[in-house]
Order: sequence, then C-alpha cells, then structure tokens
Amino acid sequence: MHAEGLSKRFGEFEAVRGIDLSVRRGEAFGFLGPNGAGKSSTMRMVACVSPRTGGELRVLGMDPNTRGPHIRARLGVVPQEDTLDNELTVRQNLHVYGRYFGLSRAQVRAKAVELLEFAQLTDRAEDQVEPLSGGMKRRLTIARSLVNDPELLLLDEPTTGLDPQARHLLWDRLFRLKQSGVTLIITTHYMDEAEQLCDRLVVMDGGRIAAEGSPAELIAAHSTREVLELRFPPGEQQGHVEQVRGLADRVEVLPDRLLLYTGDGEAALAAAHQRGVRPVTSLVRRSTLEDVFLRLTGRSLVD
Amino acid sequence: MSIDLLAPPRAGSTGRAVGALRAIQLVVEGHWAWYRRNWRASALSSFLMPVLLLVAMGFGLGTQVRPGPATLGQPYVVYLAPAVLVAALVQTAAGESTYPVLSAFKWAKTYWAVISTPITVSQVFAGQLVWIALRLLAAGVAFLAVAACLGALTGPGVLLALPAALLAAMAFGAWIVALAASVTNEGTAFSAVFRFVVLPMTLFAGTYYPIDRLPEWARPVAWLTPMAHGNALARGAAFGNLDWLAAGGHVAYLLAMLVAGLLVAHWRFRVRLRV
Repeated sequence: MHAEGLSKRFGEFEAVRGIDLSVRRGEAFGFLGPNGAGKSSTMRMVACVSPRTGGELRVLGMDPNTRGPHIRARLGVVPQEDTLDNELTVRQNLHVYGRYFGLSRAQVRAKAVELLEFAQLTDRAEDQVEPLSGGMKRRLTIARSLVNDPELLLLDEPTTGLDPQARHLLWDRLFRLKQSGVTLIITTHYMDEAEQLCDRLVVMDGGRIAAEGSPAELIAAHSTREVLELRFPPGEQQGHVEQVRGLADRVEVLPDRLLLYTGDGEAALAAAHQRGVRPVTSLVRRSTLEDVFLRLTGRSLVD
Repeated sequence: MSIDLLAPPRAGSTGRAVGALRAIQLVVEGHWAWYRRNWRASALSSFLMPVLLLVAMGFGLGTQVRPGPATLGQPYVVYLAPAVLVAALVQTAAGESTYPVLSAFKWAKTYWAVISTPITVSQVFAGQLVWIALRLLAAGVAFLAVAACLGALTGPGVLLALPAALLAAMAFGAWIVALAASVTNEGTAFSAVFRFVVLPMTLFAGTYYPIDRLPEWARPVAWLTPMAHGNALARGAAFGNLDWLAAGGHVAYLLAMLVAGLLVAHWRFRVRLRV
C-alpha cells in the first residue's frame, strides 16, 4: 500500500490532511492516535469504500478509484463496529459473506469449517449471532474477514471493548496471521497492542502524521530510555517541580505524580533524594509507546 | 537451517470480483439466507392481510352491493379481487422498503458489510430492489391462488393483473426506498407514509369503488397515485376490457414513476454509503 498527499474532507472538515506512507508486503503496520485523528477515515480509503478527496493512493498496486472491486476481492476488513448479521447463525454469516467474493458453495463450506476452528467458535457454529458475547462476535468478524484468504488485512480497533482474555486470544490469532505472511494494517489506541503487533507504526494527530517508525525507534526518537515516576499525595506534586528541575531531560506533571524522562532513572532518583525530595513511592521503568504517544499528541483529553 | 522453518510461499487471495449480474444475484441470495430463517411473520402478514380483506369486503360487504355498471357488471368480490391484489402489493412494497432498508444502513449494517467485499454500492442497491420485487411476486402469486380457490377470479386474465400490480407496487416502493435511504431514524417518517399515503391511497384510489364516484376536484389527485393506474390496469387485464391506448398511458405513467424513483433511490444509496 502506498499513499502520497492522501486527504479526505467532509464538507468543511478535513479529516485527513495529506499524509504520505508506504506499507510493505508482509509487514504489520499500525495507526496510533486519539479519537478523531483521522485513522478510521484513512482505513476506509484504503479499504476502497470511501473515495479520497485528494492525493494518490495505491492498494495492492491498484488505484481504488478505478479498481475498487478487484482490490476488495483480495482484502480482509474488520470494521470498528461489528456488521455481522445478528439474525443468522455463526456459520451462515461466513457462508453468505464468502459468496460475495465469488467463492463456490463448496469453497465457503470448507473455509467456514477451518475459520470456525481458527476463531474457536466451532461449538457455537449453529447458534444465532445475536446472543454471543462481544469477544465471540469480534472473533467471528475477524474470521469472516479471512474468508477470501486476504493478502492485506485491515483491522480498525480490533480489540476495543474486549476483556483481557479476549484481547490476548485475538492477538494470538493476529500474530499467527502475520506469521503466515498476511500484511496487517491496524488502528488502535492501545499502546500495548501496537507494541505487541506492529513492526512499524505512525502516530496520527489532527489528520496528520506526527511520527513514524518502529516502536523502538519511536521511543528512542521521542522519549528517553527510562522514566522515573515519583508519586506524591494528590495536589502536592506541583510543589516539587522546582526541586527536580535539571535532573531529567523533561518533566511531566500528572495529577498525583511527576514523570522524569531520563537516560538513567536510578541516578535521577538518587539525586532527587539528595535534594530532599521525599515521594510516597517511586518507580524506575523503561519508556513505552504510551510516553511517546502522550508527548506527541498532548495530554489534553479528546472526545 | 531446516527446510520447515521456511514459511510456505503464500498463495494469493481466493477472492475475485464477479460480474454485475452475478453480484446482484449474490445480494439477492444474501436476502434469501435471512428470509429462510425469518419468513414466518412477514409471509403471514403479507399473505393473510389481503385474504382477510377480500373475504371481509368481497363476501361480507359484497352482499350489500348489487352488480351493476359501477362494478363492471361483476359480483363485488370479483370486482374487488384484482384491486386488492394491487393494494396488497403496494402495502407489502411499503413494508419491505422502510424498516428493512433503514436497518441495513443503521442497525444491522448489512449494506456496510457487503460493500467491503467486491460488491459495489450500485449492486447492493439493485439486489435490494430485485429482492423486494421477488417478495412481491411471491405474495401476489399466493394471493391469487387463494382468491381463485374462493372463486373470486374470472379467468386467466388475472395472470396479466399480476405484472400490473407489481409495476405499480415497485413504482411506489422505489420512492420509499429513497426515503428510507435518506432518513437517519424511523421517527415519524415511516408512520406518516403508512397513515397519510398508503392508507388514503387504498381508500380513495379506486380499490373499493371507481374513481369517478369521487368529487370532481379529488379525481386528479387520485390519478396521481400509482395505485389508481395499477387498479385500472389490473381490472382491465382481469376482465378483458382493456382499452389499449389508456393501458399504454397507465404503463407509461408507472414506468416514469418507477425510473425516476430508482434514480433518486440509487443516488441516495451512493450519498449514504460512499462517504
């Protein structure tokens, strides 16, 4: 997939403001960003269901504007909201959907057996979809997206709203797909998900790409190696900002703690103690994508 | 390095884009998969309603109506049967074009699922319309079979009444599909259609008595409705007294209404799905 100056406008609102990016075959690529950053709009353009407003886009080497059906034939799509047919059975959902890809009845029957096993839904195959749990529906949506053996799989917030068990099961399935050579493009606002699954990712904010790289590269470029967290009784943290000044490259103030971004957390902690800083608890940890994300997109809450 | 560590070369996707007609057929197949599990309620209402209507009006009220020029010389139940067919199909068309269509956009979101496959928005639209037409055809055949058993049909001419009723119902249904594709919630739009369009149409557009019994000012209004033209065609076909020139006019009016409705509805589908 390749995009240059890709943009999407809804009336006056510019959801995607000219982004450049390339995803290689076999890669797992992530879009990170707060709500409204333009992730889903980008995904819908790549999925060839939403015409672009401007720029260039090639998916599997073809232009979605002229070859949409041919591209979609080789894509798998997991939309943000499930679009399963709740009134059909689990198995029927796979059958009906598979037929749209030009597969024969025998093909979809065989494929459904395999996918039900993959999604651990074999014993629910003849049940109606409606009463299934959120995790089961999500697994079925992912199974359905694989009915045509896609070369490129698009996942829009695949695990939002799922409990930890269901998320880990889904990650395991996605990891196996990646191992088998499927190209994955994932949007998420879970940092752990991005770190688990993505070889490379971009952070989007306000319709633009704020940063690009592998998780390790992004941490190296936009954060320090370690973070020292100093926890104080709520409200007192502000008073200690002056005391720790100069001990770290950067200090973030949270409601109940200070985050000191530094190459050596233990040294910074010792220095803070020397200056008479007495936090309730302290913690030295590695920088994570979350630190990068907060730095790049700002701490302000977006709804 | 052992050979089994090498990932097997991944074959391409098995999916392919099918031709337009095949695509529409597959969309219809999707509706059929749903219908096979959920047919009871809708089949019952679209079949039982016109039969009850025919029995109550034709045989009940009909005992009070003497055959005469107004009933084209036919017993009232025979006079009524072709028009009840038209009314039933128009009502079924309204039902099939409102909630099922809005739901496929909004609640079940089935259209969104289908357009992420090689199927296009236009094919989803065409498949929906073909599905509605097939449902109407089945309801019409079932009604005619019962009406024949009840002795309410005169001859093979009623077989021509069926395409006439279908044309009138689809000419109406296409516009309702356009409406359902435009509203964001069912609110009052749908009940307004049923109360202030479908019901008055059934009462005043020539189903139970000829339109020339209406006050003069109301007749042109009645002739605006697809049901009036459908009734004229269906009765003409059933009783074999069709004036070919008038018939051509009715067909042309209904075709124009159908084509315009299809264009508007197709445009609404594209606006809603290709965002």
